[in-house]
Amino acid sequence: MYEFLTNLIGNEVLAWIIIAALPLFVVILPYALVAIWLERKVSAHMQDRLGPMITGWHGWLQSFADVLKLLQKEDLVPAEADKKLFNIAPALVFTASYAAFAVIPFSSAFIGSGAEIGIFFILAISSFAVAGILMGGWASNNKYSLIGAMRSVAQIISYEIPTALIVLSMVMITGTLSLEKISAMQTGYFWNWYIFGGPEWGLTKFLLIPFMFVGFLILYMSTLAEVNRTPFDIPEAESELVGGYHTEYSGMKFAMFFLAEYANMFAVSAIVSIIFFGGYQSPVGYLGDLFGASWLIPFEQLFWFVAKGLFFVFVQMWLRWTLPRLRVDQLMNLCWKYLIPYSIANLIIIGIISLI
Amino acid sequence: MSGLKQYFKDSWEGIWTVLVGMKITFKHLFVPNVTIQYPSVRVPMPERVRNRLYVNMDDCIGCDQCSRACPVSCISIDTVKSLPSEDLGVTSNGKKKALWVTKFDIDFAKCCYCQLCVFPCPTNCIYMTDVYEFSEYERGKLLYNFSTLTPEQAAEKKANLEKFNAEKEAQKAAAAAEAAAKQKIEKPQDKTE
Repeated sequence: MYEFLTNLIGNEVLAWIIIAALPLFVVILPYALVAIWLERKVSAHMQDRLGPMITGWHGWLQSFADVLKLLQKEDLVPAEADKKLFNIAPALVFTASYAAFAVIPFSSAFIGSGAEIGIFFILAISSFAVAGILMGGWASNNKYSLIGAMRSVAQIISYEIPTALIVLSMVMITGTLSLEKISAMQTGYFWNWYIFGGPEWGLTKFLLIPFMFVGFLILYMSTLAEVNRTPFDIPEAESELVGGYHTEYSGMKFAMFFLAEYANMFAVSAIVSIIFFGGYQSPVGYLGDLFGASWLIPFEQLFWFVAKGLFFVFVQMWLRWTLPRLRVDQLMNLCWKYLIPYSIANLIIIGIISLI
Repeated sequence: MSGLKQYFKDSWEGIWTVLVGMKITFKHLFVPNVTIQYPSVRVPMPERVRNRLYVNMDDCIGCDQCSRACPVSCISIDTVKSLPSEDLGVTSNGKKKALWVTKFDIDFAKCCYCQLCVFPCPTNCIYMTDVYEFSEYERGKLLYNFSTLTPEQAAEKKANLEKFNAEKEAQKAAAAAEAAAKQKIEKPQDKTE
């Protein structure tokens, strides 16, 4: 991708800038608009309602209208707020979620950076959002914002442990941190995905399957908690905290928090699908191979990647409208008493199996 | 050991109950929705619904009974007697109209939709309709004028009547004066007594 653009434009700096801007304008923004609309429709239909219906076919333009409204809104800064930190915080939170897209392979031909430490980079950069959230909550000079921010920090830091342990066990099997290589390993058909024990045939594959399912469940739960979604949404519990860490934000600054949340949803769904569900690999083979048109394959891969990512985003929404919010003690209980012991046991068992 | 057993049981129950809940919400994705798209789809109103009043001025005889029945005095009526030369026609149930209704105002900001004005009406000309969407940004706009006469016409009718009355008075006065004069002539001696 980079070489192609460098050859096309003939300027390295410009090519890098385009590469850096592509995920934002091609993926995150359109995805966020669709996801917000989808969330509203899914929530509505799960409650036997209709959701937005006026703007366009079944209200599909509603997100565009909302963005237009948010752009026109007054940019309020509370008088007693710490203005510098207050203004930096949304940008910081968004940067963290945006940066995670740099190492996600959308298809074999489109990856921002094929860094060898891909998954490690994502774990590191997603903790970076904690700083932005705490900054926003603190600078707002509002007790609800501060409580929300502190809950969020406690939650994200706790749930990073099971995430990291599961990722570690997957790294043990694959032997690489690069998301591109993990995706490439699971090529072929869907039984080569790591949720079904990986591409290598033998006793280990079948021994691994149950532990892969446990690992998938733990990773999905803990990443769900890391992006502050229901049932782990105590940092933004509207009924308790007014709005959480973004209570005092309005207009585009609020929109940046919102965008970051939806971008994060896709990022963690993408990670789950890369690690366990083959990333951009097709479950049933490619049309490009069938017709001998190799240029078609990257596009098909992009389709499969987006489809898998959106499916997990849909499951996140589905869970949101199924489950009530956990209490703070229940949240910590789930993490420290259930997810972490299971993930440690899972790590050890997977280690033993991979030794066989 | 039983503690560990309970631990695994709890974990399994946690996952299983979430799946049960997800099954229920997924089913509801395909349940027909209950939303009514209000401005384009309306629920039909019940037959005896009480909403905005309407006055059929063709039938109104200006008897003022509705106004007197109103508990909040939201109806105000002014009438002017018609001249003998004017024919106002009859109402649909055969009553002869004798009054020009120069003012028939209903203030819906005051109206409590009790329907008490409807029953006394002798010609059934005031009744409830099923119109309920008539909110306004200014309260003054809720004052509905039902009178078919323009203010100029109303003033004209009033002037006509005054003129007629004055003429009648004048006639009467003239007749009285004449009679008095006659009496004077007939019985001049009475006065001197």
